[in-house]
Amino acid sequence: MIEVKNFRKSFGKKLIHADVSFNVKKGECMGLIGGSGAGKSVILRSLIGLEKPDSGEILIDGENIAKLRENQLVSIRKKVAYVFQGGALFDSMTVFENLAYPLKEHTQLNESEMRSMIITQLGEFGLANSEHLFPGNLSGGMQKRVGLARALMMHPQVVLYDEPTAGLDPYNTKKIQEHILKLKAQGMTSILVTHDMPTAFAVCDRMCFLLHGKIEFQGKVEEIQEDKTGIVHKFINGEEH
Amino acid sequence: MELILNSPLILFFHEMVYFFGGIGVLSYQIIRDLFKGPFYWRLTLDQVFHVGNRSLPLIVITAISTGMVMSLQFGLGLEKFGGKLYVPKLVSITVLREMGPVFTSLMVAARVGAGFASEIGSMVVTQQIDAIRALGTSPIKKIVIPRVLATFISLPILVALSNLISNFGGLLVGYSELKLDPNFYILKILTTVTLTDYFSGFGKSFFFAIFIAVPSCYFGLTVKNGTKEVGIATTKAVVVSSILVLVGDFFLSKLFWILEKMT
Ligand SMILES: Nc1ncnc2c1ncn2[C@@H]1O[C@H](COP(=O)(O)OP(=O)(O)OP(=O)(O)O)[C@@H](O)[C@H]1O
Ligand SMILES: [Mg+2]
Repeated sequence: MIEVKNFRKSFGKKLIHADVSFNVKKGECMGLIGGSGAGKSVILRSLIGLEKPDSGEILIDGENIAKLRENQLVSIRKKVAYVFQGGALFDSMTVFENLAYPLKEHTQLNESEMRSMIITQLGEFGLANSEHLFPGNLSGGMQKRVGLARALMMHPQVVLYDEPTAGLDPYNTKKIQEHILKLKAQGMTSILVTHDMPTAFAVCDRMCFLLHGKIEFQGKVEEIQEDKTGIVHKFINGEEH
Repeated sequence: MELILNSPLILFFHEMVYFFGGIGVLSYQIIRDLFKGPFYWRLTLDQVFHVGNRSLPLIVITAISTGMVMSLQFGLGLEKFGGKLYVPKLVSITVLREMGPVFTSLMVAARVGAGFASEIGSMVVTQQIDAIRALGTSPIKKIVIPRVLATFISLPILVALSNLISNFGGLLVGYSELKLDPNFYILKILTTVTLTDYFSGFGKSFFFAIFIAVPSCYFGLTVKNGTKEVGIATTKAVVVSSILVLVGDFFLSKLFWILEKMT
């Protein structure tokens, strides 16, 4: 489904990724971990064409998106949803309008169909009755959930989660975990970037560990859990970064 | 070598190249996307309203003050030579040809240009521009084109209004200070001022709209990180669009003179 080959990316003189390769199969949830500033967000952003790689290939359903122009990326962006680290909600719009945005843009639904879809979606994410609020008036946990709800409005085939549980209380964290698991049960392909290891262990099938611009380790979640000496173990226990 | 490369002049030159390059690319994208795909009427109308709303009070005050001050200065200056009767014509022509369009545009540059740059800059910092792209839409179409078009529509209307108000200001002072009969004042304007005078000023406002809107959006979009840069972008937007209006005014005036002579 997703295949990254020899991905290389730098900003100015600063090399972020030297040579990153990995793949994600259909229906799989892949965890991506690594220190702060390791470039995890940069990888996710590149997967929907928000950043262009310096070299290498990014294949989504066999289509190399690294060379596509902005208007050719629209179909990819309908298929692959990116849940922003900070929510990235439109702060001049209400929660309702935020969720309506992709629908108005890409569907022919009428006003009432849209309304019922959005109300259902909000209920689904425990946001009932908050459709008239502006993002500025929401708690951090609610903002994350609105961001997630908005990204899922178009029923994407792939979801890229960028630290969906960061800064949330245990209850909200559990809620988000449940959502990810539920989507996975429906066959969603996903990549989860996180520092929250319990969540990663709970939802991921495989994991990649990013270090110094390369995938240092990649393997099944069980392998990582059993491993008591390797570099990933050290990273998780805060002995290495 | 390092020293030379970091000298203010070289840095300034460097920035100029970047600026004109960036403006060129943005203009190309605007023109390309203007006639392609969905067009957002609602967003454009919202912006027209915003532009007008933001700048109207300011423009009314500027317009009436400039009209009054010019009437006073011309009146007092010409009184010695018995030329008071030329005040309506002089004030009106100066307003229509230069003062109206230029002052209005400067005010719009300060209010609206700053607004665009800070608004768009904040959207970049909070990743809303990225979100627009990630949701399969274009920031050029959603954000830039509505603002550029709105300025293109609003500024000429504001200039027309400002022209009217300035002349009214002139008339007020003409009546109260110079003791000119209001009917005479109006008649004098109508008989001595030509349509060419009017349109050579009014026509410039369309160009000024572009000089203000495009750089302001550009500076907003090129904010990289941090709120501090939003402030810098806002200042740059105002300074650069004001300079473009003033410098552009000279060349446009020259151009319109040539056109007038030809017809
Ligand atoms: N547009 C950009 N311009 C310049 N540098 C950038 C840009 N985007 C990211 N970087 C740099 O790339 C590096 C990786 O950033 P990234 O946001 O991907 O880190 P991350 O792994 O997601 O970290 P975190 O866990 O803190 O979110 C950082 O050092 C950052 O400064
Ligand atoms: Mg990140």
